[in-house]
Amino acid sequence: MNEITGNEIIHQYLRHNKKFPHVLCAGCGHGIVLGTLIRAIHTLAIPKDDVVIVAGIGCSGRLAVYVDFNTVHTTHGRALTFATGIKMANPKLNVICIMGDGDALSIGGNHLIHAARRNIGVTALILNNNIYGMTGGQSSPATPEGSTTMTNPYGQLDASFDTVALARGAGANYVARGTVFHVKRLEKIMVEAISRPGFSVVEAITPCHTQYGRKNRYKTPVDMYKWLKKAAVPIDRYEEMTEEQRTDRLPIGVFVAEDRSGFEERYLSLQAQMRAKGGK
Amino acid sequence: MARPRKRKEIFALGNEAVVEGALLAGCSFYGGYPITPSSEIMEIMAARLPLTEDGVFIQLEDEIASMGAIIGASLAGRKVLTATSGPGFSLMQENLGYAIMAETPMVLVNVMRGGPSTGLPTSPAQGDVQQARWGTHGDHPIIVLSASNVQECLDMTITAFNMAEKYRTPVILLLDEVTAHTREKIEIPNPGEFEVFSRTVPSMPPEWYKPYEETVRGVPPMPPLGSGYRFHVTGLVHDRNGFPTQRPEEIVELLERLHRKIDQFFYDIQLVDTIETADADVVVIAYGSVARSAELAVRQARENGVRAGLLKLKTLFPYPRRQTEKVLAHARTLVVPEMNMGQMSREVKRVNMGRASVRTINRIDGQIVTPSEILKVIMQG
Repeated sequence: MNEITGNEIIHQYLRHNKKFPHVLCAGCGHGIVLGTLIRAIHTLAIPKDDVVIVAGIGCSGRLAVYVDFNTVHTTHGRALTFATGIKMANPKLNVICIMGDGDALSIGGNHLIHAARRNIGVTALILNNNIYGMTGGQSSPATPEGSTTMTNPYGQLDASFDTVALARGAGANYVARGTVFHVKRLEKIMVEAISRPGFSVVEAITPCHTQYGRKNRYKTPVDMYKWLKKAAVPIDRYEEMTEEQRTDRLPIGVFVAEDRSGFEERYLSLQAQMRAKGGK
Repeated sequence: MARPRKRKEIFALGNEAVVEGALLAGCSFYGGYPITPSSEIMEIMAARLPLTEDGVFIQLEDEIASMGAIIGASLAGRKVLTATSGPGFSLMQENLGYAIMAETPMVLVNVMRGGPSTGLPTSPAQGDVQQARWGTHGDHPIIVLSASNVQECLDMTITAFNMAEKYRTPVILLLDEVTAHTREKIEIPNPGEFEVFSRTVPSMPPEWYKPYEETVRGVPPMPPLGSGYRFHVTGLVHDRNGFPTQRPEEIVELLERLHRKIDQFFYDIQLVDTIETADADVVVIAYGSVARSAELAVRQARENGVRAGLLKLKTLFPYPRRQTEKVLAHARTLVVPEMNMGQMSREVKRVNMGRASVRTINRIDGQIVTPSEILKVIMQG
């Protein structure tokens, strides 16, 4: 019964004048992430007009076109810069950025750390599928060391980014990680990420069996979801684990949850102050 | 007509005049990254905008982000500005293409310095002219303006904002280091003495709105994000609804409209000043600070009995073909002085098609082109 209600909610938020079918592969996790995002927005009862979805380039970038919000499909890696401009131009808008791991951590890495440092009031949703999917399965900065990809046919040599540590280190106000296997938890995270002030980073682990799995011993989508089920461990349990037990495990949950005001709020109060003083 | 009200006079840098012009035109958002010789524009905006009612100033992490932020702000309804110089201009090309594709009004001031690469940070040049035309990838239209003195910095900035809003397009204002860093007296026009154009917003109910519909002008109305017209903005080739398409007929329709909306308004966009061109045998075609040297050279040539004239380009692209045709009706010689290796003379030669003889004067040593250099070539006929 729950699923049916969920679908009914989702249908209210899809664009019915958009030419379907969508671009995603069967078994892709991106649709699950989009579903949780829609339900989170529904839970928060934010009017569609007040939501701006800003997306980057890649499979995740295409999600924006299907949903009935204000949607901006930007350039590769630059979604956060557009989002920053939109939020500063109209702080009343709820600005949510959808990016992939290549988008946010590679070509857009600089923008991610500066959005975090600035603590701009934007929610950054990073769909991490460990690979460049749309372009055919090349390595991304989130590809695990040792993996086989089209650009690392003999095994990935460099280490992958820890999105959570990166976002926390750069100063994000809210940092969480979830997976598409743990949907309810991801939905809860998203509700919280959107309602917090300042910069929120949500890393959603979403499998790509087409480009990552098939070259790395996860032949079917089911294999990949089984991996997620096994690898993901709630943060509190992860902390109690020994170093050995932590091997190949991925902590999920909320890592940072603060209430520092966003850059746009600080700017507005500075502006009010300066104007009250009548200039200098 | 009533006697015009006295205008406020200030003693200003070219870069300061750009700020004055932008604020008069209604600019309320600046996003940028510091770079010589454009930084004064950013610094003055940083001081001024927070004192206005809704002005936003933000310093970004690089020029790529500057462009992203101002395009985002423009989509949210603001009139937006950024300023840069050569190296930053190179970084801006990516999102400049996006702004063209997504038909986002914005003004980009490029204060040219010597290049390539880091080049000559504090010396003048005009080496970015063809980059302004063709720097971003793909077939695209673009409006490129220039200014040759401090007053024009103010006036052309207002014009740049008006064209950006009128045609839903990025407009590039090319200055050179000399113009940007010259300090001279200028007049601030009073409200009502100049036109301020703001983008057309849709008046139909949201359910009827098609974001990229054909219109007579070729410029669809543009609502700010969050105003009830929910639509999709993308850098992909898109159909009238804004959704990505690969249908040949829809691709052609979009790209042709993007060009047509600029090309068909050539009479409004292609701005020049003419000095003594009516009977000129020798016409100097110049822009930027070089046009000032050229004006003096033309006057001196007249004193020496040579029928010389100046066609000063205020619009560089789309290239003012008609106005060039006019002087070609009688000119035997065209002189094109530039602080580059001949970037604008290519356009002149293209229009000239071998009719007049075209003499170029090119300096690439970080020095201005002097009046005597131009006069010498004019006197050679």
